Amino acid sequence: MAKKPELVTAAGSLEEVSRLLAAGADAIAVGEERYGMRLPGNLSVSELAQAAKLAHEQGAKLYVIANALFTNDIADELPDYVRQVAEAGADALAFGDPALLPALKEAGVALPLHWHGETMSTNYETANYWGRRGAVRVFAARELNLEELLELKRSCALEVQVQVHGMTNIYHSKRPLVELYREHQGRRLSTEAYGQERGLELIEAERPDERFPVFEDANGTHIMSSDDLCYLDNLEDLMEAGIDSFYVEGLLQSISYREKVVAIYRQAIDAYAQNPVDWYRDEWLEELEEIQPDHRRLSFGFLYKQQVY
Amino acid sequence: MTTNKTAGMPTSSPALAKLHKPELLAPAGNLEKLKFAVRYGADAVYIGGQQYGLRSNADNFSLEDMREAVEFARPYGARIFVTTNIIAHNEDIAGVEEYLRGLEDAGISAIIVADPMIIETCRRAAPKLEVHLSTQQSTLNWRAVQYWKEEGADRVVLARETSFEEIAEIKSHVDIEIETFIHGAMCSSFSGRCVLSNHFTGRDSNRGGCCQSCRWKYDLYEGEQALFEEGDNPFAMGAKDLWMLEHIPELVRSGIDSFKIEGRMRSIHYVATVVNVYRQAIDAYLADPEGYQTDPRLVEEISKAANRPVNTGFYFDEPGHEDHIYTPEDKAVPYDFAGLVLDYDAETGIALIEQRNHFKPGQEIEFFGPGGLFFQQRAGELTDEEGNSLDAARHPLQKIRMKVDREVRRFDIMRKKNK
Repeated sequence: MAKKPELVTAAGSLEEVSRLLAAGADAIAVGEERYGMRLPGNLSVSELAQAAKLAHEQGAKLYVIANALFTNDIADELPDYVRQVAEAGADALAFGDPALLPALKEAGVALPLHWHGETMSTNYETANYWGRRGAVRVFAARELNLEELLELKRSCALEVQVQVHGMTNIYHSKRPLVELYREHQGRRLSTEAYGQERGLELIEAERPDERFPVFEDANGTHIMSSDDLCYLDNLEDLMEAGIDSFYVEGLLQSISYREKVVAIYRQAIDAYAQNPVDWYRDEWLEELEEIQPDHRRLSFGFLYKQQVY
Repeated sequence: MTTNKTAGMPTSSPALAKLHKPELLAPAGNLEKLKFAVRYGADAVYIGGQQYGLRSNADNFSLEDMREAVEFARPYGARIFVTTNIIAHNEDIAGVEEYLRGLEDAGISAIIVADPMIIETCRRAAPKLEVHLSTQQSTLNWRAVQYWKEEGADRVVLARETSFEEIAEIKSHVDIEIETFIHGAMCSSFSGRCVLSNHFTGRDSNRGGCCQSCRWKYDLYEGEQALFEEGDNPFAMGAKDLWMLEHIPELVRSGIDSFKIEGRMRSIHYVATVVNVYRQAIDAYLADPEGYQTDPRLVEEISKAANRPVNTGFYFDEPGHEDHIYTPEDKAVPYDFAGLVLDYDAETGIALIEQRNHFKPGQEIEFFGPGGLFFQQRAGELTDEEGNSLDAARHPLQKIRMKVDREVRRFDIMRKKNK
């Protein structure tokens, strides 16, 4: 039997770590806004050790996400941060900004690294490049099609992580665009917040049926896709190809939604491992559709798309 | 234009004598534009080849064009850089090595590159090419700059989100050439971190397919509740264009090694005008740093090439709402390229002019050229090459004789005001 792929999702609090582990996650991704982007909540360094303990007790892993683009002041702090991450017992550290690599060296810390290039992790040679710099895993860009994902796995020496469910980021700016728009309108209230909890959405003039979530935080403005990836029907291809890790994105969703999604993918992975000939259950997709918000379609994302340029 | 910002501005250094001359780096979408950029004062020009660049809609250069560009630029002491700044997919890998060897062989000085796969290939296969890390890597901090230096980059083009203060800090930590954009259109997102085009039109923005969806119109909602009222402008992400002409002293004193003008898709008229203005401003400042003041004639001059709303980006402080575009844009260019001077007869004061846009006797026109030549006049009698009088210059590339008020030289440009 082939190795089971890992099931990983992000948690925004210690309670969420426990609940998502209980729902069947093999690994939990956590972090804080200062160093990591698009996380469902902040886990400070003082909570990391507890989170790692919770994960390790279940035989699961804890990954710390530090995939932000850093300004100088944060770059200054990186050696301290990675030292604390290592001391807390994290199993890996995810990065996007290469500033993290010299910071690790300076701190004298050796942590397994995951390359979260976001839109940039699009080919196997570049993944191999980061592999030679210490990365053990690449988180594939969400804009790759199935063919590209499979070739990435075939041709790169790193573990490959693929997002199998949830929304994706489609635009990231340093500018606080919602706040600026409210100022431009003359409608900004001093108490107004534009974070994840606010539930703001954008609708493009020609696409009235699609709603693009938007939120602001210390990293700027993030606009998210109007649909949610759902690769349930493609898990077989991905598992057969030996994709190492499946990521469930739970951003902007309730914890109960995320628990259900994790539980369904858990069943799917386990069922395939047990009997790859007869494993698929139609009710999984039905259950997912049941909990899906009305205006958010489940989609194959870019799996079957041929992009032009 | 806001000119009274002071936050983060580098203070005047006592060691003014040590000011080093920055490179003025201009864009060119084809060979003809490149020649104008060089003639009008660019120290270096960046162009796109037929692969691996981010402007798939520009004309772009064949290897043969590149050879000609290098030969042309050499006597001016100008260098040619090629953008190879896509974020590559698997299918793009195979030809990279051969392509880079071709660039090296053509005499190109540097590639502007974002994907580390292309950087490594370049260092191995075409080591004579300098590696300039593209702004597509969104490099904001000194540790990342240090990283790329150790990886063999000769220069880093910083993210457009860096301020003067941050640039100074980066320079204090790392000794490497720094390039920043000083003029032109900007992504409002972190470069490379926007896939709106991919989602809306299936065009890959990181391989040159960007369809500028950030400049489309959006409505903002909180659940079902609209966060706008009748008469409000829609939500938009579009950033105003960068314009740093009034801040040459701060730019030079910051130690930025290369001042980059955006616009490989822009016209000859635009490139010649903008390069000419920044060339004069930089040279005037370096000639007399203490006495330098922005020449209002240069401000007026550069405004003739484009009338998009402008701002100073992130140099002084974070852009505010007034630095974004919420209202429909007037895309009309205030002046057009009317004719190119091919020859001038000092005895008769008559110029031979190649028509580039319609003009006719009596029309207000102006001439400008490298080094600051500038004068206005009315178009006089026009004759064709056979000496026939013309009621207007109607035909593209038609050669026309006209008396001019002052001496002009080959490759001076005649422009006219648009109605």
